[in-house]
Amino acid sequence: MSAATATRAATAEPPVKSRSRNRHRGALARTYLGAAVIVLWCLLPAYWMVVTSFRQVGYTFDTTPWFTRITLDNYATAFSTNLGNHFGHALVNSLIIATCTTVVALLVGVSAAYALARLNFRAKFLVLGFILAASMFPGVALVTPLFQLFTNLNWIGTYQALIIPDISFVLPLSIYILVSFFREMPWELEESARIDGCTKSQAFRKIIMPLAAPGIFTTAILAFIASWNEFLIASQLSNDATQPVTVAIASFTGSQPHQEPYTAVMAAGTIVTIPLVIMVLLFQRQIVAGLTAGAVK
Amino acid sequence: MSSEPQSGAVAEADQPRSTKGHRRGRRVAKASSQGKWASMLVAPSLILLAIVIVYPVTNAVIMSFQKDAGLNNATGTFVSGGFAGLENYKHWLLQQCTDLNGATVPCPPGTLGAQFWSAMSTTFFFTVVTVVLETALGFGMAVIMSRAFRGRSLLRASVLVPWAIPTAVTAKLFFFIFAFEGIANKLFGTSILWTGSDGPARWAIIIADVWKTTPFMALLILAGLQIIPEDVYEAARVDGVTAWQRLIHITLPLVRPALMVAILFRTLDALRMYDLPAIMTGGSNNTTTLSILVVDQIREGFNSAAALSTITFVTIFLVAFIFVRFLGVNAVETTTAIKKGKA
Repeated sequence: MSAATATRAATAEPPVKSRSRNRHRGALARTYLGAAVIVLWCLLPAYWMVVTSFRQVGYTFDTTPWFTRITLDNYATAFSTNLGNHFGHALVNSLIIATCTTVVALLVGVSAAYALARLNFRAKFLVLGFILAASMFPGVALVTPLFQLFTNLNWIGTYQALIIPDISFVLPLSIYILVSFFREMPWELEESARIDGCTKSQAFRKIIMPLAAPGIFTTAILAFIASWNEFLIASQLSNDATQPVTVAIASFTGSQPHQEPYTAVMAAGTIVTIPLVIMVLLFQRQIVAGLTAGAVK
Repeated sequence: MSSEPQSGAVAEADQPRSTKGHRRGRRVAKASSQGKWASMLVAPSLILLAIVIVYPVTNAVIMSFQKDAGLNNATGTFVSGGFAGLENYKHWLLQQCTDLNGATVPCPPGTLGAQFWSAMSTTFFFTVVTVVLETALGFGMAVIMSRAFRGRSLLRASVLVPWAIPTAVTAKLFFFIFAFEGIANKLFGTSILWTGSDGPARWAIIIADVWKTTPFMALLILAGLQIIPEDVYEAARVDGVTAWQRLIHITLPLVRPALMVAILFRTLDALRMYDLPAIMTGGSNNTTTLSILVVDQIREGFNSAAALSTITFVTIFLVAFIFVRFLGVNAVETTTAIKKGKA
């Protein structure tokens, strides 16, 4: 690719070959410089979180930029329930909430996305518009009515009180991403299956679903992350028994009142983040495709 | 049963489409035969969204016209419930509170009611500043990411890291970075109470937000850059167009649709900002956004909170409407569809 660029520059200005090569080299150097700045800017704060999470409490504010005073105590503190924190339990809660939300959103959303991407029906644009509007909907507008409703139903402190609000933004997001994945698929195969005698629903299950699996999987990751990261609604509608990790981390208490247990919080933050980062790095390409779905069509 | 309300909506939405005379008859026939199957597939999602969004929000709108029963915190008098008319809205928008004698007075400073306009301006301040910064930085990042060089995959992977970290964790991380003894003060040799004083608290939140969301912006813009055909640039280069002119006359106009969609998404997201200020400052030092104010109000009266949350989402929808209508954000087919549906 870089060779191609060089050739192009050369053909553009044949007499001054060396000048263009120099210019190309300068451009490349600037690109590398810019890339280095971006990588540092993105990774340094996260790196600082990990470094601090392994540092002894007494050296919380030490500025040595690499791993020193290493200890695992902070991880033990993060999981300890002695100080009234329920981090381990909160991890399980988040897992339950995010998994249920994702499963419900995909079960319901896949068929809707299929219809929106593939079928001609009259209310299509109305439905798409409604789903887009729903995905822009501010969570805070749901908190007040749901708080009252769930208090009346005695649902505060149940999982459904957290899963139901999450569906309000995960489902539109999932449908939106799925629609753009489905539009890219080789649908001629569906036609062929129909010609070979499959019914519409058979063609959907036997031909389309396997083809759609990667897109659905990516959507599942993005839906899971969206639900896992939710804070506002959970902070209002959960209690100690059902609070997800985001709420647990935000309300982490230390041994001393009014003294933030920074190192333990950084340990907890690292634990919450690591699985997401691994997932993101493994499925980088698909996630970027999913994130930018629909933005350029 | 589920397809019934669906087909009601169908009839309305059909108008703009069927007026397009160029559609072939076969297509129309196909559309109607697919209609039933489609409504069966779409119905579960619509019903679920109606339960989780339409029902609560309708409830909130109804609540917003009711009086909050109970003690009025500002005055200490007992207020009975019942129909309130526009009282809750006047309370927020016109800053009208009720005093001990039941007379309408301006809300006393310090009460939640008195914070409405400052929360509104804080929200818009955060939105404008973060979106402008994120667009500018995101554009730069996207331009670099679009170039071919060895190690590009490392760049793309690291850009996803801030995006993947939950906002609550980001808030705690930057709370630590901006602690008085934290790394930020030590690096810059300053002794600023970042999260504890007026101006710096806002900037600490802005920096955290820019760190967290610029990558998302960059990826959206990058997707837009990648659909610009390379030969357009080549032709310009042959004609001796400078890099700056290429940016202004080729890249920007061609990337504009994707850029506008990215800005729209980010703006709507920034207008509902809650996690970062709630965790980093708890809304103190002029960082109370509308979302924080709603949450604070819930404990003081549902109905008044419902009015405030209604004001918040109407504000957000107005902004979205302005974007779609006047700034011509229509790169997303579906955004255009909203216009069609309403026309």
